Amino acid sequence: MTALRSTVDTRAGEFAANRESMLEKLAEIDAEHAKAVAGGGEKYVERHRKRGKLLARERIELLLDEDSPFLELSPLAAWGSDYRVGASVITGIGVVEGVECLISASDPTVKGGASNPWTTKKSFRAADIAAQNRLPVINLVESGGADLPTQKEIFIPGGRVFRDLTRSSAAKVPTVALVFGNSTAGGAYLPGMSDYVVMVKERAKVFLGGPPLVKMATGEESDDESLGGAEMHARTSGLADYLAADEQDAIRLGRSIIKRLNWRKQGPLPEPGYAEPLFDAEDLLGIVPSDLKIPFDPREVVARVVDGSDFDEFKPLYGPSLVTGWARIHGYPVGVLANAQGVLFGEESQKAAQFIQLANQIDTPLVLLHNTTGYMVGKEYEQSGIIKHGALMINAVSNSKVPHLSVLMGASYGAGHYGMCGRAYDPRFLFAWPSAKSAVMGPAQLAGVLSIVARAAAANRGQDYSEDNDAAMRAMVEAQIEAESMPMFLSGMLYDDGIIDPRDTRTVLGLSLSAIHNGPVKGAEGGFGVFRM
Amino acid sequence: MRNLLVANRGEIARRVFRSCRDAGIGTVAVFSDADARAPHTAEADVAVRLPGNAPGETYLRGELIVKAAADAGADAVHPGYGFLSENAAFAQSVVDAGLTWVGPPPEAIATMGSKVESKRLMAEAGVPVLAELDPAGVTEADLPLLVKASAGGGGRGMRVVRKLGELAEAIEGARAEAGSAFGDPTVFCERYLETGRHIEVQVLADRHGTVWAVGERECSIQRRHQKVVEEAPSPFVDPAMRAELFEAARKATQAIDYVGAGTVEFLAGPDGRFYFLEMNTRLQVEHPVTENVTGLDLVALQLSIAEGAKLPPEPPAAQGHAIEVRLYAETVTVQDGVADWQPQSGTLHTFEVPGVDREFTPGAGLRLDSGVESGSVVGVHYDPMLAKVIAWAPTRDEASRRLASALAGAKIHGVVTNRDLLVNVLRHEAFLAGETDTAFFDRHGLATLAKPLATADAERLSALAAALADAAGNRAGARTLGRLPSGWRNVRSAGQRKEFSRGDTRYEVVYALTRDGLRAEGYEGVELVSAEPGRVVLDVSGVRRAFTVARHGSESFVDSVLGPVTFAVAPRFADPAAALAAGSLVAPMPGTVVRLAVAAGAVVAAGDPLLWLEAMKMEHRIAAPADGVVTELPVEVGSQVEVGTILAVVGEAVLGESV
Repeated sequence: MTALRSTVDTRAGEFAANRESMLEKLAEIDAEHAKAVAGGGEKYVERHRKRGKLLARERIELLLDEDSPFLELSPLAAWGSDYRVGASVITGIGVVEGVECLISASDPTVKGGASNPWTTKKSFRAADIAAQNRLPVINLVESGGADLPTQKEIFIPGGRVFRDLTRSSAAKVPTVALVFGNSTAGGAYLPGMSDYVVMVKERAKVFLGGPPLVKMATGEESDDESLGGAEMHARTSGLADYLAADEQDAIRLGRSIIKRLNWRKQGPLPEPGYAEPLFDAEDLLGIVPSDLKIPFDPREVVARVVDGSDFDEFKPLYGPSLVTGWARIHGYPVGVLANAQGVLFGEESQKAAQFIQLANQIDTPLVLLHNTTGYMVGKEYEQSGIIKHGALMINAVSNSKVPHLSVLMGASYGAGHYGMCGRAYDPRFLFAWPSAKSAVMGPAQLAGVLSIVARAAAANRGQDYSEDNDAAMRAMVEAQIEAESMPMFLSGMLYDDGIIDPRDTRTVLGLSLSAIHNGPVKGAEGGFGVFRM
Repeated sequence: MRNLLVANRGEIARRVFRSCRDAGIGTVAVFSDADARAPHTAEADVAVRLPGNAPGETYLRGELIVKAAADAGADAVHPGYGFLSENAAFAQSVVDAGLTWVGPPPEAIATMGSKVESKRLMAEAGVPVLAELDPAGVTEADLPLLVKASAGGGGRGMRVVRKLGELAEAIEGARAEAGSAFGDPTVFCERYLETGRHIEVQVLADRHGTVWAVGERECSIQRRHQKVVEEAPSPFVDPAMRAELFEAARKATQAIDYVGAGTVEFLAGPDGRFYFLEMNTRLQVEHPVTENVTGLDLVALQLSIAEGAKLPPEPPAAQGHAIEVRLYAETVTVQDGVADWQPQSGTLHTFEVPGVDREFTPGAGLRLDSGVESGSVVGVHYDPMLAKVIAWAPTRDEASRRLASALAGAKIHGVVTNRDLLVNVLRHEAFLAGETDTAFFDRHGLATLAKPLATADAERLSALAAALADAAGNRAGARTLGRLPSGWRNVRSAGQRKEFSRGDTRYEVVYALTRDGLRAEGYEGVELVSAEPGRVVLDVSGVRRAFTVARHGSESFVDSVLGPVTFAVAPRFADPAAALAAGSLVAPMPGTVVRLAVAAGAVVAAGDPLLWLEAMKMEHRIAAPADGVVTELPVEVGSQVEVGTILAVVGEAVLGESV
């Protein structure tokens, strides 16, 4: 037991300024979240309500255990695109009858809940999370199908939705569809591929082809109810396992289905009776400098995230720019890797590779706290083999089999993003703080590199190089890269699972770890690539 | 006397056992099946089962009780009150079995058992009585008058007649009730004193000729002729009147060669003149108030007298003031000025009276004589009185304040009681001024007197407390993620929602527990200080208020100084299969269907009687809520029903369609 100590001075002007800046960013993100919550806007929400229907979020709230937490995933999906923030679907992890489930609800107030390319991307990510963590899936269905003008981006990859459902079932992770409204054409396979199907009387409509299409195809006269009504499916086709009297009843039935799954988590149980951190999470707002060039001590973060602020640091004297050590979060043991001075040198890389292997030896998940500008460059470092060393770390993180959870606190640049388990390295979860930025390199550096290259090219061609143009080009590039490094932009691209309030880090990681433990938690049995020594 | 059997149940059995234990006398209980786990059964040295439940099968079976005494090796029998306590034949059978009968001689019981006869005797002895009226000769001038059963007591077989035309029906009704309750349909008529005061004198007589008038009690506050609040001394009685009362009581006692503890009841008019009503040849329910002002242990004295002991010449003088209330498991609703008292049953999850100084023992402070305890099941077979709470203090004001506070702060969960009514009475100006008479409830209005202690605002805050306690309970009981913040959201769209109701009032509590504290719609200025499953502390505009919350099934019990509130917790989901058909009439209380007025298919108008339910010897009419057709009638005469059982369904009548 080694309790961390904190040297944060919450009365310092710097702290207050950092906090102010973080609160501003949080307010911006709240405003974006509010857009997702607003769904299709007042008019469509009103129309939906007038039909006596619950909003997608109300359905979820009613489905969840009372007073239990809910982690919404990718809430800013489609941010910065032509589509509504949130991508007309809500996905998240919540507790139903004591079971953590991956819940997905189409938002019928946004274009009738039709899928656009971002909807599919967001759903794919949710399906990945369900599959990797063995989370039962509950789909709350009411969707007009594909947004037809964008079918080229949806139709072919979209088939994955049905594949994922049946693979989930094959892996003995149950899938439940609660059908509140339309689920037609391709959408009909959503209940079709689910283990359990509940349909709401007089509301659910599930068929391959509606009356007009049937008329065109065979000349048969028909109606919605006989082709795909809930009563028909419950009594005649057998596609519906349960006929719900109304929406509340469908949710009640959904809950009773989960209750009867006799679900057992496969991962080890958390240590009970753990202590809360000794330091106030509120301080996290003032710890990250608004200027990412200024490093901060990640132990201050660890002290506010892990149980009892109890952190046993590994190799504290070696490679000090990366902090490694053992702790618990909500009773779950974790190994922590946290950037301390931004830059990763050879020592840090070797330390990380060793630490990751140790975590695999003892089946312990890893939490990676990003604030890195990347691996060190320069003659000395190249000659001492920084590429080999970086490769060691990337090899270790790539082939590590324990679950990884990445949190982008500040910078996450260059190959450092990879070594710290960036999105491409399949962390089970990746969250960003509002202060995070991620790109191949910092905007100024990138603009500067472009400037140097352009200047050299001009010199080669014997041309003059306009300093004015250069300044304008640099400013433009810098602005563009800056914008594209921002967390909202990256979140919109589904490059993270959500931007979180730093004060919620412990809660989010605890919930994620608990979700992860629905599946087995096992480290690699050997199986790393060749480590270049 | 070595081993005493109490032929009774509930608090009085426990009361007698306490005195027995103090005297080193062994205790024997008898118990019906429903009382197998009752406190009186558990705490006796030995207990003998009386198979069955109805009093007629159990506590009224004299021969079984005498056999029980023999089986258990008892050498004495104490009858308590009610049941066989005033049954001369039973007393005789106890004596005949060679057992000591802790009570008056059987002849005295028999004499006083007939009210007609006893009135005659008393008049002869010079005790003032109200003249008996011959129904045939009654005129307008005699009204109002009272029709009374000659046998028994407790208000059964009693009717007040205010119009001559109602007399015949009242006599008939009283006869029927008396016949079924006491096996003797004899009734008589006398003048009815509208604003009389019920004043009674406790007497004790030994076998050596000493007769004590121990003290008077006033028991004017009654419902349906059953006492609710009793006190000693009477605020109405001055020393001169007291001397007269005592004198009359002694005369009455001596006239029938009475031995043991008894009570001579009088009705006093506003002018201070009083008339003999009856003599109760047993220990009274309200004996503790006399004990508390005199320091006497009346049960111990009963035992001594039965053993032949001699009383000192004079009883001790009364000191201070004692007030007793009877806590009944019952509700009262007032409709069209008519009070409807309904007994309640159920599991008493919690029964805690704060600050109890003593139980079953005379003395200062707060005394509790209870037949129930937390976890007791209150059934439908016996009197709905759960307990008596008694306060003694140097003055009447202090005693009523102490008693009111104790009752208001009592945790009584699971069974509805008359607690609120009792507290309101004890705090009522007229009560505090000593203006108590038999018309107290009518004069001050039961609707007002029985109104809940918790105001609408208190109820609203209690609903919030109930919701937050429930939330804390949900978190504490969560199998997964139990220690994450309650209702945590990274993207918040709506708060948590819980719905409670009390009567017709619904409370929808929508709240979120955020980083910045409680946010609850409509509760601005309320902050959450702490929430645990059983206790919630709120800061209400700068005032900290603690609420204790207990959840049992679908009920939430919230107690605070603002007054107790019981909420029905609305289920989150309604099971459509469990929904009642529209127009369903459910049993408002447990009971037996005694008569049907209609058959299925009958066309009825709103207010038409459909059937009658009997509970606690009272018939309750179940009437059609609206015009329509009786579509279902799933009960028959004799059906035993629980609260909530569907008795009938009245559907809409379709014009022109035969049903």
